[in-house]
Amino acid sequence: MTTEAKAHELIVSVSPHVRGQETVARIMWTVNLSLLPAFIMSLYYFGPLAAFVTGLCILSAVLAEHIYQTSLKKKSTIGDGSAFLTGFLLGLNLPPSVPFYIPIIGSVIAIVITKLLFGGLGYNVFNPALIGRAFLLISFPKLMTVWSEPTAQFIAMDAKTTATPLGILKEEGLSKLIEIFGDKTDLYMSLLMGNRAGSLGETSVIALLIGAALLLYRGYITWHIPFSFVATVGVMAWAFGGQGGLFTGDPLIHLLSGGLILGAFFMATDYVTCPSIRKGQIIFGIGCGAITMMIRLKGGFPEGVMFAILLMNCFAPLIDRGVKSKKFGAVKEQKK
Amino acid sequence: MSKTATFERGIHPKYHKELAAGKSVTQAHLPQRIVVPLSQHIGAPAKPEVNIGDEVKRGQVIGTTTGFVSSPVHSSISGKVTAISDFPTSVGRMVQSIVIESDGKDESVSFKEHPEYMNLSADEIKAMIKDAGIVGMGGAAFPTNVKLSPPKEKTIDTVIINGAECEPYLTADHRLMVEHPREVVEGLKIIMKSLGVKEGHIGIEENKPDAIEAMKSAVSGEPDIKIWSLEIKYPQGAEKMLIKAIKGREVPSKGLPMDVGVVVQNVGTALAVYEAVRFGKPLIERVVTVTGNGIKEPKNMMVRIGTLMSDVIEQCGGLVDGAVKVISGGPMMGFAQWTLDVPVVKGTSGILVLAEDEYVSSDQYSACIRCGSCIDVCPMGLNPSILSIYSEKGFYEDAKANNLFDCFECGSCAYVCPAKRPMVQFIRLAKSQVKP
Repeated sequence: MTTEAKAHELIVSVSPHVRGQETVARIMWTVNLSLLPAFIMSLYYFGPLAAFVTGLCILSAVLAEHIYQTSLKKKSTIGDGSAFLTGFLLGLNLPPSVPFYIPIIGSVIAIVITKLLFGGLGYNVFNPALIGRAFLLISFPKLMTVWSEPTAQFIAMDAKTTATPLGILKEEGLSKLIEIFGDKTDLYMSLLMGNRAGSLGETSVIALLIGAALLLYRGYITWHIPFSFVATVGVMAWAFGGQGGLFTGDPLIHLLSGGLILGAFFMATDYVTCPSIRKGQIIFGIGCGAITMMIRLKGGFPEGVMFAILLMNCFAPLIDRGVKSKKFGAVKEQKK
Repeated sequence: MSKTATFERGIHPKYHKELAAGKSVTQAHLPQRIVVPLSQHIGAPAKPEVNIGDEVKRGQVIGTTTGFVSSPVHSSISGKVTAISDFPTSVGRMVQSIVIESDGKDESVSFKEHPEYMNLSADEIKAMIKDAGIVGMGGAAFPTNVKLSPPKEKTIDTVIINGAECEPYLTADHRLMVEHPREVVEGLKIIMKSLGVKEGHIGIEENKPDAIEAMKSAVSGEPDIKIWSLEIKYPQGAEKMLIKAIKGREVPSKGLPMDVGVVVQNVGTALAVYEAVRFGKPLIERVVTVTGNGIKEPKNMMVRIGTLMSDVIEQCGGLVDGAVKVISGGPMMGFAQWTLDVPVVKGTSGILVLAEDEYVSSDQYSACIRCGSCIDVCPMGLNPSILSIYSEKGFYEDAKANNLFDCFECGSCAYVCPAKRPMVQFIRLAKSQVKP
């Protein structure tokens, strides 16, 4: 081909002319992948119900986004994996035994109200899955607090109901909780493996940490939010969680139970709704941890991770405004 | 001992240096015709010194300076002036240029040599550099003699030669350091002399071990000059980043290297300075890396200033069938070309041709998902995400309040953006809409 002929087909655009490999879809699908271990453990402990609830959440979330966008003659963005992720996270945040309409309502609220009406991915103020769950908890308080006992049997369709560890801790105290699980080591082991009542995907700490390790390794999340969140919860549980005064609490129980690990690694780290600047993320994480513990210790609910993250979501833009990364050449400028 | 130095943040793009790094510099053919723009530099354009029909020789001045920040231009061949008019240039603007048809003889004017060049005074050196039309050859093309004449209140104590060559693909400076290390060092010494400076540094990215080796042996008898191996990281070769890496000094916001007592010159500029002062040779040719998967035979070539890109590309076997983009300079900060009939100028460090598989479309982008990747990599510590959002919405003043003008458009933010947002384009748009 001659250079003269070729010149007419040249593409002209602004630099840079090369780009990295990362795409929004690749990030979102990797996060979905990282939730698989927790999902598999939920299948193990809660049986086919887990697949039904989670599957229905994902299906409704993806369909809601697709129908909304195509009916408004916009390009459907279900391929980017974010609607799938919202559905997936919502499913993992629901009790095992909810009736079929709960996942559907939750997903539609999460996708349409929380995300799309605000302008779509990137513009939402709140974590969609958590708004979906908060809506459900407030609208259907009874259904959303029926907790099945883990059965580790794939056939059990109507499992016995029980209370979550945090529920027992709140109502009956630590000694009762230890008594139910045997001894303290059994309690910790059960919490670590996920053999306890709770939302589908929150129970298995070990499975969640495996997924989180993938995200940290790939650099999709950094330590700032999860570490500051978890550390704050640990310190506050130790300082204020005990019966015998200050610094007698058992931080491990608080760290391993409830939705802390799921929330800290997978939900508080949602790019859109957390601060973008790393220093700000530490403030965000500490805020999440502090509100979580205030609710757990003093509030009406046994668990506070969801409301803590949602409340801190409100502050994310404010934190980004207040905390600036260190500008190159700024020090000298001030001296002038 | 060399040290590995660097700056904070930055990115690690694929370098693709292997395409041309091993290729020795070859002499390009004598061009049939040259187009010499009268403005190849920052500052006032030169004014024509010849008329249509005039016979000129190689090295003859054909455009003279029109102010302090300006630079003369010379003919790089012998022949006849056939046109003086506006022609397209590689930065996208039409510039008044002088067209010369070669007579094939390549006759040169005589150059005044100075074998005892280290005995020259600072003013004599600066005058020679100015008369030789030397400008920064890393791409910015700022007149070198102006850089060497800082205002009296600025005390310069350090000269740094920039051999980082952090732009992917480009290998022109690399080859110069391997093939002409001694001349580069002499150029640095002349620059140091002209500024009265005792301390010289040469910074080279670690991916050029042969260049580091060559430069080290070239400075073996020079206690005042240090060779630094720098971490392989973009934009290591940006002046501010280089000074931070080597001297630990931060050029203040809106300031210049001279504000922290440093003058930075490119490897190619140092060589040109040596040739101008030692041999009296004006800047009429330069090394150009012709590379990328869209070019048949990647090469490093010594090209006469004014040679058309199409001519250079033909000498490298032409474009491959899947060639989609031709860039003057590197892939991070270079300019995409709409025509290949633009001349190689003093600041043209490379001609990069991207093939379809290397090309990334930026037509499709989505909303910022606030992942913060751009903030993590911005070498200036800015928040590119918020700058792009403000610009997209037309809030240019807000962008300015967020340090818009500290951005030097290195493109790191756009490189890492998963939403594929045209960050640099947004930032340039905002810059064009508000006063600094």
